[in-house]
Amino acid sequence: MKAVFFINQNQINTMKFPFKIIALALIGGLFITSCGPSTDDVKKDMRGEGALSSDAAERVYVKPGEYDEYYAFLSGGFSGQLAVYGLPSGRLFKVIPVFSVDPEKAYGFNEETKPMLETTHGFIPWDDSHHPELSQTDGETDGRWIFINGNNTPRIARVDLKTFETVEIIEIPNSAGNHSSPFTTENTEYVVAGTRFAVPFQQKDMAIKDYKGNFKGALSYIKVDSVTGHMNIEFQVLMPGFNYDLSHSGKGKSHGWSFFTTYNTEEASTLLEVNASQNDKDYIAAINWKKAEEYIKAGKFKTMPGKHAHNLYSDETHSATSEIIDEVKVLDPAECPGLVYFMPTPKSPHGVDVDPTGEYIVGNGKLSADLTVHSFTKMLKAIEDKAYDGDAYGIPILKYEAVHAGTVKQPGLGPLHTEFDDKGNAYTTFFISSEVVKWKVGTWEVIDRKPTYYSVGHLMIPGGDSKKPTGKYLVAMNKITKDRYLSTGPEVTQSAQLYDISGEKMELLLDFPTIGEPHYAQGIHKDKVHPKTTKIYKLDDNHHPFAAKSDRDTKVVREGNIVHVYMTMIRSHFAPDNIEGIKVGDEVYFHITNLEQDYDVPHGFSVLGAQNSELLVMPGQTETLVWYPKYEGVIPFYCTDFCSALHQEMQGYVRVSARKSNTELKWSLGED
Amino acid sequence: MKHLIKSLFISLPILLSSCGGDDSAKKEIKDPIKKSEKKVEAVAETSGPNYGIGPIAKGDVTIGDAIDTAMAEQGKEVYDKMCTACHKPEKKFIGPAPKGVLSRRTPEWVMNMILNPEQMVKEDATARALLIEFNGAPMANQNLTKEQARQVLEYFRTL
Repeated sequence: MKAVFFINQNQINTMKFPFKIIALALIGGLFITSCGPSTDDVKKDMRGEGALSSDAAERVYVKPGEYDEYYAFLSGGFSGQLAVYGLPSGRLFKVIPVFSVDPEKAYGFNEETKPMLETTHGFIPWDDSHHPELSQTDGETDGRWIFINGNNTPRIARVDLKTFETVEIIEIPNSAGNHSSPFTTENTEYVVAGTRFAVPFQQKDMAIKDYKGNFKGALSYIKVDSVTGHMNIEFQVLMPGFNYDLSHSGKGKSHGWSFFTTYNTEEASTLLEVNASQNDKDYIAAINWKKAEEYIKAGKFKTMPGKHAHNLYSDETHSATSEIIDEVKVLDPAECPGLVYFMPTPKSPHGVDVDPTGEYIVGNGKLSADLTVHSFTKMLKAIEDKAYDGDAYGIPILKYEAVHAGTVKQPGLGPLHTEFDDKGNAYTTFFISSEVVKWKVGTWEVIDRKPTYYSVGHLMIPGGDSKKPTGKYLVAMNKITKDRYLSTGPEVTQSAQLYDISGEKMELLLDFPTIGEPHYAQGIHKDKVHPKTTKIYKLDDNHHPFAAKSDRDTKVVREGNIVHVYMTMIRSHFAPDNIEGIKVGDEVYFHITNLEQDYDVPHGFSVLGAQNSELLVMPGQTETLVWYPKYEGVIPFYCTDFCSALHQEMQGYVRVSARKSNTELKWSLGED
Repeated sequence: MKHLIKSLFISLPILLSSCGGDDSAKKEIKDPIKKSEKKVEAVAETSGPNYGIGPIAKGDVTIGDAIDTAMAEQGKEVYDKMCTACHKPEKKFIGPAPKGVLSRRTPEWVMNMILNPEQMVKEDATARALLIEFNGAPMANQNLTKEQARQVLEYFRTL
């Protein structure tokens, strides 16, 4: 992305220039005749609203109290999170904490979720999240889970769409810059995770200049349990030391295959901006994962070191556990014929996108002016005919002409990503020329183009990477917003744009701000998710080891200098709300259970001097905040989420005595 | 809804702040706030017995002559788990004590109050009066089943 940044800046400037001239001409016109467009209209023209009819507003307006038609899940980029919006309104519903701590929800701060962020490098409070991917059944989004990658310290997370909480994170070993991830197969048999950086395999201390031939790229296949959703790394394919940029799985006729784009097939370790752009063509790697399964079954794998953390959250204990797994199964393509083929694709392809039929594989060569499309049928034929153009590290390179289906000629500059609609059209984003281009699959003719503001990266059509795309909305996610919003200083908002794609021509309907930097996104009709969400956690199903499920269970227990407070909360009091006998230097665990069994009655908790965060406890849930009292005194705690008319009364005190004092440990609520 | 409540109650601390006295130095502290005794009885029922509003209609509940002890035991279990945070069996707490409730209310009203408290405090005059009497502490909907509410009712008969 950074490599083309400079070009992009110039492009924006040159692009704006004609607009300026037009604008000046129009303003000039104003002086001559008073009947010309108002300056506001001119501004609107410059901002791309042009002839946008006023009914655009109606088409994105969701009346108060009514629901949006689609959920949109936009990655939070360098915020590490996943944001949930409604379409067409662009309203933000929730930021789901995934890879970064969130003091609002105590994610990574309470004792229950700390294990979620454990890795082989220890606790990591941040990551860079790029690509959300909904689970699929028969190639169609099913609304069960959404997966997302952590780019920096390679991880894949699974979010449960009943609770909209992160319930599982698995670390990816032998990987670095987990970018071509997590793309699902047709029935969520696997999500894949490909390494962006090639690294020594196994990692070791060696000279960087010896990269070529010595570094490797691991592509991981993460098996997803069809019932529980639990993930495990089933196997890794040990690829040459290229950079693996993006991926998508085959579907329909190409089910059983996955496709990864590569760049830096030059294997440069420095000044990649120049050195990784030398080859006329890089490759799309086609991996036959069904074949891989056969090789695994036949024992053709090596068990190799691959230390990684596996973190799992349970809705029954309301707690996460973290375990370290030591090894992975590895397949070497040189020893597994038929496992991997390379399809030459011009220049540094970024996104690789498979059309709804599974026949066409689009390579978005980001430094090319054309868009290359391969045919799956031709690919199979080329393999059968052994139409090879040599090999790379023992992996056959298929002849370009033998797999090439067609080229979309000169559609724009810097193609990055393609999604599909339900009428046989494809939509590709062009980063350098800041536009979305609609073209016909099969005839490769350009149908329409619309500018984006500015420098679009990914795009998303609900179901647009599945077998059943929708044809109503397209969301473009931009890298630069510049003058689109009120300025907030040097750092301005990130932004998405909504287009109506139901007609022949696309129409820009709406700009809306997003969190972090949105990369990829997923969209799904509300009926697949909304009716199935969890409203409360049942107290009966709460198996948290420190839960106080009624006032009978409330107590304070001292074990040396560790104190466990078993506390309950309900509108509008804590039980107990007076605690004495805590001492300076204690380690106090407030285990707090929300006894409410009604929808939307969370309670919050914090205590003066807490060095972590608040707790935000959902009905029926138990959460734990650790607190280290440092001074003698009477310390208040209170409910942080306005819960009832008596919310302001929902408070209590902890008496903290000197370390050597004899203050008796006691607790109470009311006068009893 | 939440915002409305918030804005209403922002004004409360202002009213209260004038009531505090700096008596911390005195050994015996008299409560500086004059207490007025609140009336315990709810609104008079003018038009016959009140069955409340909710899933339980008049006549839906049959009360046996003798207490069904098995059912009452199940009711106690539910009560202990779901209700004791706010209701002590024989003593006014956050909410009223259930002891003797059937001499004051119909069985239908009691079950509707358990099963449908949101609508009850808005639309039932007695429930609304009780909400005000109990300082605006809302009756929480603990999502009991009808069967559980009936069991709790039976338990109340043993108090």
